[in-house]
Amino acid sequence: MTVDSTAARKPRRSSSKRAGKPAASPGQPELVQLLTPEGVRVEHPDYSIDLTPEELRGLYRDMVLTRRFDAEATTLQRQGELGLWASLLGQEAAQIGSGRATRPDDYVFPTYREHGVAWCRGVDPTNLLGMFRGVNHGGWDPNENNFHLYTIVIGSQALHATGYAMGVAKDGADSAVIAYFGDGASSQGDVAEAFTFSAVYNAPVVFFCQNNQWAISEPTERQTRVPLYQRAQGYGFPGVRVDGNDVLAVLAVTKAALERARTGQGPMLIEAFTYRMGAHTTSDDPTKYRRDEEREQWEAKDPILRLRAYLESEGNADETFFAGLETEADALAKRVRDAVRSMPDPDNMAIFENIYADGHALVDEERAQFAAYQASFAEESN
Amino acid sequence: MAAEKLSIVKAINASLRTALETDPKVLIMGEDVGKLGGVFRVTDGLQKDFGEDRVIDTPLAESGIVGTAIGLALRGYRPVVEIQFDGFVFPAYDQIVTQLAKMHARALGKIKLPVVIRIPYGGAIGAVEHHSESPEALFAHVPGLKCVSPSNAADAYWMLQQAIQSDDPVIFFEPKRRYHDRSEVDTEAIPGPLHAARTARPGTDLTLAAYGPMVKTCLEAAAAAEEEGKSLEVLDLRSMSPIDFDAIQASVEKTRRLVIVHEAPVFLGTGSEIAARITERCFYHLEAPVLRVGGYHAPYPPSRLEDEYLPGLDRVLDAVDRALAY
Repeated sequence: MTVDSTAARKPRRSSSKRAGKPAASPGQPELVQLLTPEGVRVEHPDYSIDLTPEELRGLYRDMVLTRRFDAEATTLQRQGELGLWASLLGQEAAQIGSGRATRPDDYVFPTYREHGVAWCRGVDPTNLLGMFRGVNHGGWDPNENNFHLYTIVIGSQALHATGYAMGVAKDGADSAVIAYFGDGASSQGDVAEAFTFSAVYNAPVVFFCQNNQWAISEPTERQTRVPLYQRAQGYGFPGVRVDGNDVLAVLAVTKAALERARTGQGPMLIEAFTYRMGAHTTSDDPTKYRRDEEREQWEAKDPILRLRAYLESEGNADETFFAGLETEADALAKRVRDAVRSMPDPDNMAIFENIYADGHALVDEERAQFAAYQASFAEESN
Repeated sequence: MAAEKLSIVKAINASLRTALETDPKVLIMGEDVGKLGGVFRVTDGLQKDFGEDRVIDTPLAESGIVGTAIGLALRGYRPVVEIQFDGFVFPAYDQIVTQLAKMHARALGKIKLPVVIRIPYGGAIGAVEHHSESPEALFAHVPGLKCVSPSNAADAYWMLQQAIQSDDPVIFFEPKRRYHDRSEVDTEAIPGPLHAARTARPGTDLTLAAYGPMVKTCLEAAAAAEEEGKSLEVLDLRSMSPIDFDAIQASVEKTRRLVIVHEAPVFLGTGSEIAARITERCFYHLEAPVLRVGGYHAPYPPSRLEDEYLPGLDRVLDAVDRALAY
């Protein structure tokens, strides 16, 4: 473990734990948890949630389908259909829990791994694959689902989210904005500046840090000496660490944070403590920098297995449900596979499209030269 | 107000005022732009009249200023941000280059980024380090950005109006050493296109092409050359991205000689691009190689040396003589 190895050297005050609160793992700061890794429902004094069996099955379905989509994309990369893929394996609860906490009029600024959040926002999963196949750099209309384009330069979007939230406040709207980033991005100046701006302007933005423990090969301890959620305090807004593999806790905490923002109480930082089960991207080889045992420890905390255990123990889902979901996942995977394989390469002239909204003389000139050059091949072949 | 004589500072102030009055989505953002009215007083009085919600004093964080302006633009606002000095823009360079310039393309045109970044630039004000630079080529090189620089008060007023109305991000370079030069501004005139060059002085023997602070220097050089019987045409380029190559070509086909003048280092500068393209376009018209006059490949020097570093009348006229000697 990373943050905790640092924290463990400091004297700990176990007396600060409240009665009835689930005990945190030794050496870990307390984290909000509503569902234990074994799938046992527990209560938390500050965050609660009451979901119908149907809603619980909905969260389960979202996580299963997202994982299946992600697995299919990884396979497609291995088969040469995608140039790269950034897997979310292990982070389904962090993404579905937070994504389902948003309202349609909220606005989401993702990094490049938020496939589960995109799913919750109603973005068609095949839209996410264009940039990884190399046919565009994003391509979807961010305003259609209030889901901004993926941002590859890490941390940049925290400022876009803050500015957008400043605009929401100016408009007198009661929606909120949520910015996603990782533990690596927390080291970026832009994230620090986003914290400053959001605090001084009291912007309705929630910062959602998925601490998946690794920024490619750099562990969290290379990013921070204090638990990340504690950063918020220095900027003057609350921060909380939530069990990122517990979809119920993530949903409850994010709902509360968004509601805070909507009611003019300003920003909040959520650190979803989770784990990237796979590689950073398909180009990465995590065996070079992390131990198998670490992954095995986290497999025991799998977000999907724990919700399944809870659903089964409560009698809220039966074999028909799970089998039906399996069929649905297969169909999704097939749809994604077919869509990717039939995704056409962009037209050559797309190089010159959408560079400027109002046009640009140099682009016009070079477009014409390129078109003439392309046409010369057609003439030769005649 | 119709036509009156204004300094460039007052013209920009009037232009911002007009924009704030006519479009409720226009916002002014930057360090010290509120109560102080900016370190050059460009935004003087605007916060008093339009309030803190429209004229926003920001934290001292340039990346934050541009990054939040992007977010505000995505929400439908038209932010006009002030970077206090040229050398201070670099903390925001990442946001400008990787985000502001590319987001429209990334979204396949589905979103627009109408952000104006005002940068007082250039030297000759006796300042300390990072207060006198001319980084325009670094921005003009980036697809997705437009870069302009006015040289007089009327252009300052109108080009800023046009930049704010543009749906593209525009880097608006203000020639700070000319801030207090006064000239006629007609706020009811119909302005020409934002990216069109302007013939500041007609001539027949050689074309001097410049923009921003160097236009005045070139006009002085042309006046001095006239006393020696030389007729120099001065082109005010006004835009560094796109560049009005057609106007330069037309002038060079007439005069057959071209000298480009800017404060920025000559190496890989705006002048390099103009020299290359005009050589391609006008090879058989040229009587002399295209020459460039500008800064050296050296950090902007301490102010006691800036007169040696910056192109002045003598260096411009020396280049003119060399071109005419071919």
